[in-house]
Amino acid sequence: MTNIALAATVTTGEAVTFWILAPLALLGAIGMVVARNAVHSALWLVLTMLCLGVFYVVQAGPFIGMVQIIVYTGAIMMLFLFVLMLVGRDASDSLIETLRGQRVAAVLVGLGFAGLVGTLVARAVGDTTAVGLEAANQNGNVQGIAALLFTNYVFAFEATSALLITAAVGAMVLAHIHKPKSERLGQPETMRLRFRPGNYPAPKPGPGVYATSDSVATPGRLPDGTLTQRSVPEILPTRELSPRETAPKGTEK
Amino acid sequence: MTTPAVYLAQDPTLADFGHDPWWISLIKVVAAFVFAVLATLLGVWFERRVVGFMQVRPGPNQVGPFGLLQTLADGLKMAFKEDILPKGADKVVYFFAPTISVICAVTALAVIPFGPMVSMFGHQTPLQVTDVSVAVLVILAASSMGIYGIVLGGWASGSTYPLLGGLRSSAQMISYEVAMGLSIVAVFMTAGTMSTSGIVAAQAGSDRSASLGGFEFFAPGWYAILLLPSFIIYFISAVGETNRAPFDLPEAESELVAGFMTEYSSLKFALFMLAEYVNMVTVSAVATTLFLGGWRAPWPISIWDGANSGWFGLIWFFAKVILLVFVFVWLRGTLPRLRYDQFMRLGWRVLLPINLVWILALAGIRVLQKENSDAVRWGIIGGALLVILLITLAWPDRRKQPPRPLQEQVNARPQGSFPLPPMDLVVPPSPRARRGVAQRQPANVGGGAPDVVDTTSTEEKED
Repeated sequence: MTNIALAATVTTGEAVTFWILAPLALLGAIGMVVARNAVHSALWLVLTMLCLGVFYVVQAGPFIGMVQIIVYTGAIMMLFLFVLMLVGRDASDSLIETLRGQRVAAVLVGLGFAGLVGTLVARAVGDTTAVGLEAANQNGNVQGIAALLFTNYVFAFEATSALLITAAVGAMVLAHIHKPKSERLGQPETMRLRFRPGNYPAPKPGPGVYATSDSVATPGRLPDGTLTQRSVPEILPTRELSPRETAPKGTEK
Repeated sequence: MTTPAVYLAQDPTLADFGHDPWWISLIKVVAAFVFAVLATLLGVWFERRVVGFMQVRPGPNQVGPFGLLQTLADGLKMAFKEDILPKGADKVVYFFAPTISVICAVTALAVIPFGPMVSMFGHQTPLQVTDVSVAVLVILAASSMGIYGIVLGGWASGSTYPLLGGLRSSAQMISYEVAMGLSIVAVFMTAGTMSTSGIVAAQAGSDRSASLGGFEFFAPGWYAILLLPSFIIYFISAVGETNRAPFDLPEAESELVAGFMTEYSSLKFALFMLAEYVNMVTVSAVATTLFLGGWRAPWPISIWDGANSGWFGLIWFFAKVILLVFVFVWLRGTLPRLRYDQFMRLGWRVLLPINLVWILALAGIRVLQKENSDAVRWGIIGGALLVILLITLAWPDRRKQPPRPLQEQVNARPQGSFPLPPMDLVVPPSPRARRGVAQRQPANVGGGAPDVVDTTSTEEKED
């Protein structure tokens, strides 16, 4: 990594790194598609992204490589995992085919597309030798990127950052439930509401527990002997017993 | 604090790395790893002893001299415990999570400069495993990958407390990594490099200066003094990043049993412990490197010319790291745990804005240094003062209105409100208290009038 400037020629270390990590990157990509469990898919993708980060470093772009690992692998994939874990670990795809033969078709078309792109890239840049890497990295990789970003591409850079900030603020606005300060109740207001005339501030009486019934639908009895409907939850449907249920069961003697 | 030019040659530059024979590289890698493991062994002992001292008890003192081998004994015992695999666990992820934690924690040590150029078996080599032009980003990357260990450990356990702990820790570490990264930005801006050895070299002397109106300003060498807000924010976010008290919410015992490692046992649990302590040492070493001058001797010692040469650097480096680890332990022994929302508010609404404003101010100062004409400088300073003045004037007044008198509040209540006791209620003297006083009263021998018993004061005495 120290001889970044000489990276235009493939060194032994670079070749070894590539041949170890390239299969791993492919394995990660295939694993991501094949894995049944969503979290496993995300983990395979993390593997591929890590390998890509190392590739960038090997290709004399240490800054972009590290940013790939920190931002994409460290932050974005972590948020993905966050969501997947909250959704639940058993949320795997259903295996029922809705379109017949789409799997085979997808594999064939995917292979064809990969072949096309591979051929295209190979024919376009296969014979080209990269030049100008030394000049680009002359004052250091980070300084080179900074100089380009803040001179030639400053408007594109600022526009992109404005777009990203807009997206972030938009997401927050969409997710934010606006509650004006006048509607937010503090502790004193809550207490005032609780003790306002007509509101019973103490806990509600519990349902009645009697020898004949301990159902929550049985109203409790107040100290003066009257029944209180307040003890019965409002969501319970009122249910009348049928004559057959009220009839003596013949067990008493 | 100026360093003679002779010793500047001791400073390794990026060009000095990558020329070692393989066996020297191997020695350095193994040494860094051994340092990590030893730091854990001694770190646990150190923490228990120091916390013990703070709580006026001896701490571990039975195994070995001063209880030094206590951690080793604990570790051996832990290794022989049963390795439990929960039934609901995701086996592969459950197995890999602790290893991810440890690997990421140890990787960060590879770019820490332990000392200057030394002669190792006849080879001139820097006391640092390796250095790259983006070394500090390597540390950040390692710490951001280390979160995976915790999150996956929590998820793969297949149980609720670990999952909650894992989610908490991922939210916490991502939030505090933002504050941490921003405080490092100030260091990048001042040092002009991201390589750790370069940052240590940049803190060597107080040669940076600014001139204003004929006065020359000299800045101190250590970034802890020069960039004090960054240093404080870095340290606070480092405590959050390492899940240490008072920010140890992912493993809050009172709420989540042991957080993400509830289901772990035996060696896997030991690996998590190892990762935690290595992380603590790593962030201390990074703080030393970025803010405390790295392996360079502190001021009174640095007057002696030889202090910064050769293997002496190791002494100053370890002294500073141990000092910072002590602060970690001190915090744990002193502060109670924060509530989760308070903790998040601190990260996003206090540390982050302060950091952004500070970086903006620092950028202004940098521009000020580069300007040559006094008129522009006074213009910038005047503009900054004007902005501060405007902010102060426009700051919302947060003084509370004085509360209305009690009687007025009572009168304002609507008709039929819940009954209140009378406002002029005087609590009658307790009959029990009177009896107690009567029993204790000395007999009135002289025949004079008995003293008036002040019931309220005797009641207080009873209490």
